[in-house]
Amino acid sequence: MLAKRIIPCLDVTGGRVVKGVNFVELRDAGDPVEIAARYNEQGADELTFLDITATSDGRDLILPIIEAVASQVFIPLTVGGGVRTVEDVRRLLNAGADKVSFNSAAIANPQVIRDASAKYGSQCIVVAIDAKRRAPEDEQRPAADGRPVGPGWDVYSHGGRKNVGLDAVAWARQMAEHGAGEILLTSMDRDGTKSGFDLALTRAVSEAIDIPVIASGGVGSLDHLADGVQQGGADAVLAASIFHYGEYTIAQAKRRMAERGIAVRL
Amino acid sequence: MNRQTVAVVDYGMGNLRSVAQAVIHAATAVDHVDVVVTSSPQVVRDAHRVVLPGQGAMPDCMAELARSGLQEAVLDAAARKPLFGVCVGMQMLLEHSEEGDTPGLGLIPGEVVRFRLEGRTQPDGSRYKVPQMGWNRVFHDLGRGPAHPMWQGIADGSYFYFVHSFYARPAQAAHSVGETEYGIRFACAVARDNLFATQFHPEKSADQGLALYRNFLHWNP
Repeated sequence: MLAKRIIPCLDVTGGRVVKGVNFVELRDAGDPVEIAARYNEQGADELTFLDITATSDGRDLILPIIEAVASQVFIPLTVGGGVRTVEDVRRLLNAGADKVSFNSAAIANPQVIRDASAKYGSQCIVVAIDAKRRAPEDEQRPAADGRPVGPGWDVYSHGGRKNVGLDAVAWARQMAEHGAGEILLTSMDRDGTKSGFDLALTRAVSEAIDIPVIASGGVGSLDHLADGVQQGGADAVLAASIFHYGEYTIAQAKRRMAERGIAVRL
Repeated sequence: MNRQTVAVVDYGMGNLRSVAQAVIHAATAVDHVDVVVTSSPQVVRDAHRVVLPGQGAMPDCMAELARSGLQEAVLDAAARKPLFGVCVGMQMLLEHSEEGDTPGLGLIPGEVVRFRLEGRTQPDGSRYKVPQMGWNRVFHDLGRGPAHPMWQGIADGSYFYFVHSFYARPAQAAHSVGETEYGIRFACAVARDNLFATQFHPEKSADQGLALYRNFLHWNP
């Protein structure tokens, strides 16, 4: 039985891991290699690095970090944040990333997902989707078939600042058809709230596609992680603050999931 | 003891850096091993042990192996020294892959086929996804006598990291030396004589994966 994965997410800027509070107050959380090694030691199943500077300067800064982590930590590494081109994928894979995550660039140019997965394989192309429950006035917006789109979730780009007018479930389906190997699904409504994943969103996307879904946004307790798998249907769960702040270890999270009857790698 | 060289074959397809880093890490406890990533057929011929990685699509991997001029050196290695195939580097050892209707190197009888799991649910009620992506258990106690020596020190049922849509179906049961359940029970490790290969990625499988590479450095088939 394939184990459900627990993935700590590290926000990286200026060569350091930072902890954000409401996306603005950034506090230094330490050296990326040390933190990665600690999560590896605790039994993390993968690591995700998010380059939150997301400029060309940020890109050049994150490459040596990925190289340093990849030489010390032997679990899969995903890198995202500001990834735009197939050439970006090549550079990150060469630095030691195993998967590369697209977000805004896939919305601006969906073809880049086809090109990147054709060149490097679906297994290393992740599409990150930032989704937010649709406002009632937007439910009348016509969908692809001309009828009102109805209730659901909209996709946002540019770090959650811009509603691009796409339905999140339809977008996930389209990205899977384009060759994405995995969807990293973040609920903007829940992000930072510690009130748990948006389970309805997670389930809607997970049931719509045949590629794995990583649930993200809102984890405040270990039971939230288990809920994401059992009620949301997620294949993997991602969290940052509950691990960074030392509230819980990865090992504690795995034990809780195992107690709830979920297959995990202990 | 004489120094020995492990060649990681670079034909332009694969996570060579990850594989090389893991072999180097495994070799730190063995002071007589040099690990080289190489695209030179001569270096592959001269090496004592060979690692054949592979990632992406099998048709591309076979085409690049031929185009790079390394195929003869790999076949030469497969005939006489320890060779470790990883992922598509394993699939290429078989006779044929369904992916792009591609002939393999034919070193292990059998074929490579795609998971057919659409619409099926796992024991916990969730749907099977393809690719299989993540950690799954590998069983090497197959009730056919002692486990393959490459599994020394690795517990039966240990977790390894998989990312794949196709899997090997060796024609002879004896060539399957590790098995995993994903909708069906399939051969995730195959071996014959001096060949050993895994569908999963030891270089991404934490301590158990490093143990497997360490065993490879000591393996004398």
